[in-house]
Amino acid sequence: MQDFGAAFAEAFALIAGLDAELMAIIGLSLRVTFSAVLIACAIGLPLGALLAVGRFPGRAALVVLVSALMGLPPVVVGLAVYLLLSSAGPLGVLQLLYTPTAMIIAQAILVTPIVAALTRQVIEDLHGEYDELLRSLGTSRLGTVATLLWDARYSLLTAALAGLGRALAEVGAVMIVGGNINHVTRVMTTAIALETSKGELALALGLGIILVCLSILINAGLMGLRRTAERMAYA
Amino acid sequence: MPEVLAIDFGDEKASPPAILLDDVVLERGGKAVIDRLSLPLGPKGVTAFMGPNGAGKSLTLRLIAGLIAPTAGRIRFAEGVPLPQQIALVFQKPVLLRRSVRANLDHALKTFGTPRRERPARLADLLALGQLEPLAERPARVLSGGEQQRVAMVRALAANPKYLLLDEPTASLDPQATAAIETLVARAVAAGVRVILVTHDRGQAGRLADDICFLHKGRLLEAAPAARFFQAPKTAEAKAYLAGDLLL
Amino acid sequence: MLVKALRFAIPVLAAASLMQGSALAADDFIIVQSTTSTQNSGLYDHLLPKFQEKSGIEVRVVAVGTGQAIKNAQNCDGDVLLVHAKVSEQKFVSEGYGVSRADVMYNDFVIVGPAADPASVAGGKDVTAALAKIKQTSAAFASRGDDSGTHKKELALWKAAGVDPSGDSGGWYRETGSGMGATLNTAVGMGAYAMTDRATWIAFANKGDHKIAVEGDERMFNQYGVILVNPEICDNVKADLGQQFIDWILSDDGQSAIADYTRDGQQLFFPNARMS
Repeated sequence: MQDFGAAFAEAFALIAGLDAELMAIIGLSLRVTFSAVLIACAIGLPLGALLAVGRFPGRAALVVLVSALMGLPPVVVGLAVYLLLSSAGPLGVLQLLYTPTAMIIAQAILVTPIVAALTRQVIEDLHGEYDELLRSLGTSRLGTVATLLWDARYSLLTAALAGLGRALAEVGAVMIVGGNINHVTRVMTTAIALETSKGELALALGLGIILVCLSILINAGLMGLRRTAERMAYA
Repeated sequence: MPEVLAIDFGDEKASPPAILLDDVVLERGGKAVIDRLSLPLGPKGVTAFMGPNGAGKSLTLRLIAGLIAPTAGRIRFAEGVPLPQQIALVFQKPVLLRRSVRANLDHALKTFGTPRRERPARLADLLALGQLEPLAERPARVLSGGEQQRVAMVRALAANPKYLLLDEPTASLDPQATAAIETLVARAVAAGVRVILVTHDRGQAGRLADDICFLHKGRLLEAAPAARFFQAPKTAEAKAYLAGDLLL
Repeated sequence: MLVKALRFAIPVLAAASLMQGSALAADDFIIVQSTTSTQNSGLYDHLLPKFQEKSGIEVRVVAVGTGQAIKNAQNCDGDVLLVHAKVSEQKFVSEGYGVSRADVMYNDFVIVGPAADPASVAGGKDVTAALAKIKQTSAAFASRGDDSGTHKKELALWKAAGVDPSGDSGGWYRETGSGMGATLNTAVGMGAYAMTDRATWIAFANKGDHKIAVEGDERMFNQYGVILVNPEICDNVKADLGQQFIDWILSDDGQSAIADYTRDGQQLFFPNARMS
């Protein structure tokens, strides 16, 4: 298979050449992904903690629902967001379709259940340990959630990373709501899909290699940060 | 009601009880793990709950702390239901947050509603009280067992509680660390804190407790001044327990 | 708690404003709903910079199948439609979604197939005869199967050949349900015949041992048309900017830019601007 050799050569040439277009695409990929994960965390962390700590009717059903939504098909989310944001749709006046914002919305929807479900698991475990203490201190429900989220922050980084991985690799949703418009909404995954459809398999694979390297870098960076922070501050 | 025992705390406890356990029942899985427990606890001093494992000592402590609700009966406080911060609880295995010693104490003060401006001075007092100054910035959960329990003790005292409930606080500590905890308990008692202690350590009960309540299989079999209990236990179970024959 | 909530909220708001950045940066842009063949062949990369330089208008191309492009335009999600399915385009205009339609350019479809040529159709010109032979020999054929312009054309040719391939779907007739490029990748992978527009084929980089088998039949003519989405139905349509683009692509400048575009020395599209 000469394609693999060619793919690595392409990947290397692209990186070595610091190709401006490639850099812009990587930049947009990161911007969209990180924004989506940030929003997903803002919603998913408190939601997951609430599911872990709260005792309310329908909680069990909600836990199942959130776990199930982890497997949301990106294309379905893309389609739903398209129908919402389309000029003919209910949010059409916002004119967000085919913008990075639309891609961020779609990915945030995809990632939020992942963050929420993993957060629930982490927080539930920690809550088992802290429950009596916090209640004996007279901690409010909100204070309990805040304490648990803060103390579990390093474990929760894993939840965020899982979401990041999903968002970074996702193509179906961003393709539909972003439109893969050159210089506007083209990201790594849609560029790979485009090059594949042009039959430029080596280039597509080369872009894929760069994406994987990017993912490894981000994960290694954040994990390293976590380990250092954990060691330095709090065990 | 079966004749459980005569509650005999002696004359000095004639004052009205601060806490009254009134026919308290706690059922778990259809079985009474606390069985019709009635007990007045006076306003001062140290009461130790003793008894073999499964006697219901820790559950009684949690019932008093309000962490669990009785299936039947009531727990009454002479001065009305206390605020959470008026009842402090220390567990056998200290539960410390994944933060520094200082942040652990600060978290408690914050929870108790101590104004931000007063917290630094209060923190300094608490660190001094537990002789924790050199450890203040260390992650609490990497400290030794004795140090961790000191943090937990000082945290329990942070809100100047009326009641201090201790659940085998020194069970896993060496003698030196145990002495440090007992010193803190003694200082709290001297400051007027009402202490209720669960312990298996007869020596500790003798050093700290004024009264002993002996529980067995969820029932209160004896309640007596410590000296009298140790010299002349009335029930066969208490005799066996003190002889070391009734550990399980 | 409030402080903590704010600490959460601030980066989110910052991120939200960040996202807006590029969307608001240039309001002088139009969205063209178009087909994969024009995009994949690289035509737009050649044309659009010339237009932008002249007009200052940025053209954002959403390249999907013709069927989806028309759907998107019906939803008002585009200013201009540039596709290749004349009947569907005329319907789009007659139903009021489009203002008017003009021919822009053409190229032609070709049947590509493996060098081994199991159906013995290579070198032929008669497309319906070739399709009938493919059916007879049950040689693998990869179809778009995605309601695109190419797919519609292919179905019309099967009909003209008197063959209904739908009964053999899953057998020798493989519907990929994907774009032209993906379908070609599949065809090359499984040694199947496929119908593609010539431009996509010339620009396609993963030909394997596939070659053009059938070409030159005038029934494989492939006309591209351009339509301004009707601003009376879609009030978000930038009619003025969209019309400028249409005027330019139909002008001598635009037409000669189309004619200029070559790959491997071959012209991919042939301008034939004409109002229809």
